[in-house]
Amino acid sequence: MTTTNPEPSALSAPPTAQISPVAWAKRNLFSDWSNTILTVVCLGAIAWLAYGLLNWIFTQAQWQVISANLRLFFVGRYPAQLMWRPWTVLGIIALSAGLTWGILARSTWLFNQTGLVVLGVIAAICVALAVPVSLNTSLLLLAILGVSVAAAFAGQRIGQRFPTLVSWLPLIWLGIFFVVFGLIRGGLFLQEVRLDDLSGLLLTLLTAIVSIVLSFPLGVLLALGRQSNLPVVRWMSIGFIEIIRGLPLITILFMSSLLVPLVLPPNVRIDRVVRAIAGLTLFSAAYLAENVRGGLQSIPRGQSEAAKALGLSAPLVTVLIILPQALKAVIPTIVGQFISLFKDTSLLAIVGFAELLGISQSILSNPNFLGRYQEVYAFDTVIYFCCCYAMALASRRLERQLGTGQR
Amino acid sequence: MTQAQTDTIQPEVSSEKVIIARDVEKWYDNNFHVLRGVSLTVNKGEVVVVMGPSGSGKSTFIRTFNALESYQKGSIEIDGIKLSHDLKNIETIRREVGMVFQQFNLFPHLTVLKNVTLSPIWVRRWPKAKAEEVALQLLERVGILEQAHKFPGQLSGGQQQRVAIARALAMQPKIMLFDEPTSALDPEMVREVLDVMRTLANSGMTMVCVTHEVGFAREVADRVVLMDSGVLVEEATPEEFFQNPKEERTQKFLSQIL
Repeated sequence: MTTTNPEPSALSAPPTAQISPVAWAKRNLFSDWSNTILTVVCLGAIAWLAYGLLNWIFTQAQWQVISANLRLFFVGRYPAQLMWRPWTVLGIIALSAGLTWGILARSTWLFNQTGLVVLGVIAAICVALAVPVSLNTSLLLLAILGVSVAAAFAGQRIGQRFPTLVSWLPLIWLGIFFVVFGLIRGGLFLQEVRLDDLSGLLLTLLTAIVSIVLSFPLGVLLALGRQSNLPVVRWMSIGFIEIIRGLPLITILFMSSLLVPLVLPPNVRIDRVVRAIAGLTLFSAAYLAENVRGGLQSIPRGQSEAAKALGLSAPLVTVLIILPQALKAVIPTIVGQFISLFKDTSLLAIVGFAELLGISQSILSNPNFLGRYQEVYAFDTVIYFCCCYAMALASRRLERQLGTGQR
Repeated sequence: MTQAQTDTIQPEVSSEKVIIARDVEKWYDNNFHVLRGVSLTVNKGEVVVVMGPSGSGKSTFIRTFNALESYQKGSIEIDGIKLSHDLKNIETIRREVGMVFQQFNLFPHLTVLKNVTLSPIWVRRWPKAKAEEVALQLLERVGILEQAHKFPGQLSGGQQQRVAIARALAMQPKIMLFDEPTSALDPEMVREVLDVMRTLANSGMTMVCVTHEVGFAREVADRVVLMDSGVLVEEATPEEFFQNPKEERTQKFLSQIL
């Protein structure tokens, strides 16, 4: 090879800067004396905090309060003889999640670095549970995890064979939701469990998911109503949104649990949970409507003009052209809204529900575990974080999925 | 458009009137009198170029033809149907009138092919296979068949505008409106769009174009009209309009752009 004719790849490749960790640290952490002081102080503070935390976790904290009450935390007072139903639900969700993951990642690597780390952490937790809970539970959880991973591989194959399946995923998940709900609730040939008897994380998830699923279409309708040409629809939407936004969520929940039964005729009884879900849904829908409206307004006027000029009727213009673009633009805010709705379900503890936070309080009032606040609330924190982080990851995935053909 | 028309090279302008606008007047919300009694008649197969300084109301005027702009006085008749406020009536007229915009206005969330097939499928209720067949023919005609499965954002401005023309033609309109179709394009892309418009004009399509392209107007137009301050100032054949304008306003306008 001559010097005048270098390899094309050498020409076009961007310059890569490979530096050793020591050089990196020197350049970024210890470049001059003020940075060095900052680095040392910060490292010291981090080490001190980490030592305190680890010391508390491993020597001071008494975790029996968690391990003895794990079932209460997760499924609350769900009848013991019906425990197979929550387990089946977990299995169904793990299976569907694995399949979905595989279908979405049909043309890429199934597990990237982050995926492997998350999977490893979950597996480690499953194994670790063998000590405080039972070997059987641990093995069952590992089996469900295995099902999920196997489903991911199967999903990849299925996704490659039927690429159009992706657009059906939301509908499929809606179907799964009804199956899961039916399993938890019972009815038909299964023994029925009253909604008001649900508690623990199960109740948290139920109220959050149902409110999310219901508030989404309601919020979109309110956003469209607010922009409607019909004055009655527009003023009612604005009125609803502004009234709900002017109230704290906790007052809405109090009204739904205390005021509604007083107003209704005595022979009409609505489950407390249903009333609470209605309150959460209305509250979330009002905020969602404003987020969606922001998305609607971000679509240039030319889009609807072009669609109208093609002869599309106003509803078709909205459904085919405006909404898909508007919703895509506001996915991050909508997911943020859903995450905060999930955390807002903890307010239900104040109006007397035994959801995750409520059941924690009743566990704390058990004389055997008096004063174990730190352990219980630390545990709740981890659970809330895991759920919210999962939603954030799903949203990122969704954005990437819909990101094709960005302008 | 029928096969016979497509094959004709020198189309005959029939005396059938497809656009009759009489004394159209429009005020914007802030009482700005943008159209002050504009009348224009367009015959079938005719190409009319509308020129004029910016703010003269020329875009507003052609946008009243498919009811993208409302007007307060006068009357507009498109292909024998009187334009009214009735939604059904407006949608019927929009089906017969294709429009191409300055900013292309392609739907960014749909592929090129779906942009073109959208309204035949949803408005004309064609089966998907037929709509795609017609769409692919049109895309070939405007020279972007290879891009059919890309998204608009992946195309150049000129390509996007040609897709927009194909999208409007997919509804098989009787009339095409062009609202400054080349004004947002880089200079080297203007020609590819004008070429498509020229072919379309030669195929016998009735066209009303708002444009500043003098060459296009000279070569393709049957009539050129000048609008200024909401009034139609002069209406003439291209030769007369560019060589021998009658009105002083036209002479001044031409001295500025030529």
